[in-house]
Amino acid sequence: MKYESQKVALPYFYGALALFGVQLLVGLLAGTVYVLPNVLSELLPFNILRMIHTNALIVWLLMGFFGAAYYLIPEEAERELHSPKLAYIQFGLFMFGALAAVVGYVFRIHEGREFLEQPTWIKVAIVVVALMFLYNISMTVLKGRRTVITNILVMGLWGIALFFLFSFYNPTNLALDKMYWWYVVHLWVEGVWELVMASILAFLMIKMTGVDREIVEKWLYAIVGLALFSGLLGTGHHYYWIGTPGYWQWIGSLFSTLEVAPFFFMVVFAVKMVLKGGRDHPNKAALLWSVGCAVTAFFGAGVWGFLHTLSWVNYYTHGTQVTAAHGHLAFFGAYVMINLAIFSYAMPHLRGVAPYHQTLNKASFWLMTGGMAVMTFALTFAGVVQVHLQRVMGMDYMTVQAEVAPFYWVRLAAGAAVFIGAVLYLYALLGPVPAGRKTAGMGAAVQPAE
Amino acid sequence: MTERFTKAAARNIFYGGSLFFFAAFVSLTAASHIYVVNTGTDSKGLTDSVARGKHVWEKNSCINCHTLLGEGAYFAPELGNVWIRYGGDKDPEGARAALAGWMAAQPSGIEGRRQMPQFHLTEQEVNDLADFLAWTSRINTQNWPPKISG
Repeated sequence: MKYESQKVALPYFYGALALFGVQLLVGLLAGTVYVLPNVLSELLPFNILRMIHTNALIVWLLMGFFGAAYYLIPEEAERELHSPKLAYIQFGLFMFGALAAVVGYVFRIHEGREFLEQPTWIKVAIVVVALMFLYNISMTVLKGRRTVITNILVMGLWGIALFFLFSFYNPTNLALDKMYWWYVVHLWVEGVWELVMASILAFLMIKMTGVDREIVEKWLYAIVGLALFSGLLGTGHHYYWIGTPGYWQWIGSLFSTLEVAPFFFMVVFAVKMVLKGGRDHPNKAALLWSVGCAVTAFFGAGVWGFLHTLSWVNYYTHGTQVTAAHGHLAFFGAYVMINLAIFSYAMPHLRGVAPYHQTLNKASFWLMTGGMAVMTFALTFAGVVQVHLQRVMGMDYMTVQAEVAPFYWVRLAAGAAVFIGAVLYLYALLGPVPAGRKTAGMGAAVQPAE
Repeated sequence: MTERFTKAAARNIFYGGSLFFFAAFVSLTAASHIYVVNTGTDSKGLTDSVARGKHVWEKNSCINCHTLLGEGAYFAPELGNVWIRYGGDKDPEGARAALAGWMAAQPSGIEGRRQMPQFHLTEQEVNDLADFLAWTSRINTQNWPPKISG
């Protein structure tokens, strides 16, 4: 760690991990309700569980992005953060808003659009928090060294704030409501979030492989270019069946097929950088998460996205468990793993020690990733059976759900494995540092400026 | 990547291309907005009760169990065409009564069956919800879903 103010990343990482825990616990509960439907049905019905599961995910990923930005921007800009104090206040407000939202949901205080259930005052608070954050990092970047990484990262983060403004627009016409709802949801996760992800990945590659910055930055431009060229018109794959014109079937099919490209090139990029870089970085766990992130995102977002994105396929699969399978692996691969990668990389620096608990951290990687893979296969099989019975044979929804019940047991078991993996990860990151690792000796060897 | 593909070239392609595709996307959604209002949906039939019904739908977070035009949770049946499934296109009053009866009977309490909560809707709210679902069933969805089962 070169700059004192990078330390503001710590509370963000802790807060993100705490909400990650909430997300997984509630996810386990929701998975349990799938197989034992009478559980909690009066106290905390499924709609509330799912709201907490998805909202906790989105908020902790954002919190992780904020922390990652506060960690890497001083290092990239080669100066202290504009205002560490503002960053701490921002964290307090954001965490308070997140917890208030969760508690509110339990007491049925929420709005009703998927993922945007936050009451209006919390949405306003999110905008205030975002502006504090953007002011802080933009000032830091403007006064310091500009790099491609900071440019793309800051652009992505401004985009997140900008597109969130569409959450305040809720037209009475349902089709319009849906069309603009995707301006938040799709342009986030298949647009500007990819900018954030790719720039964090590029930062990690520079730090851990030692490959020349020029080369990494060229790759970064190419990857985020492909992401936006395909992802913007790729929004069309959400406009097939919601009252929008038929031409979206062609545009959406074509461009969302191309959405595989940036994820494919992220894999090529990560693997190539690791092979090319001669550096034997001691933080093998962080490297595993980084490369694993690119690979899993390629499968989850790329391959599983493509599986059901062509309009004539989507006509049958839209809104089935196939969608759920894709959603789970895509979010895990692209956004959960990039966060866990930067946490794994940054924590030893933030704690001023050499990389520690590497074996445990790597074990948690395999358990979580393996669990998510099994979950994805279970939901995919459930989805394919559902498509055939319900969409081809025309069988009743509830009857079909009873037919695919065994897959939901597999999904629950896989979820339990992910949960155990996450517990290992938390210990590997937050647990006491073994005596032999308490000096930052090895870290200093790869980062001479420290 | 080759030497000829410089960083400056990569940067220009990225910013220029992104601007171009964003402009294309915004133009197409503007055209779609007009299409939705004029052709895709029944704008004239979008009455106050339909609007109130949409609010009932949102207030009770129906989307976090059901799907509506395929979007939402996948825990409960698709409702974009539920009005048709209830026969509302032929017998609206029958469908309305069936919906009211269904809402009143929840939760079923049947062991091993997914439970829908009791939302304590007023008679007016159930009527508004029915109007909203009836209006939604008339959206031009390019013939989606493939079967009446949703």
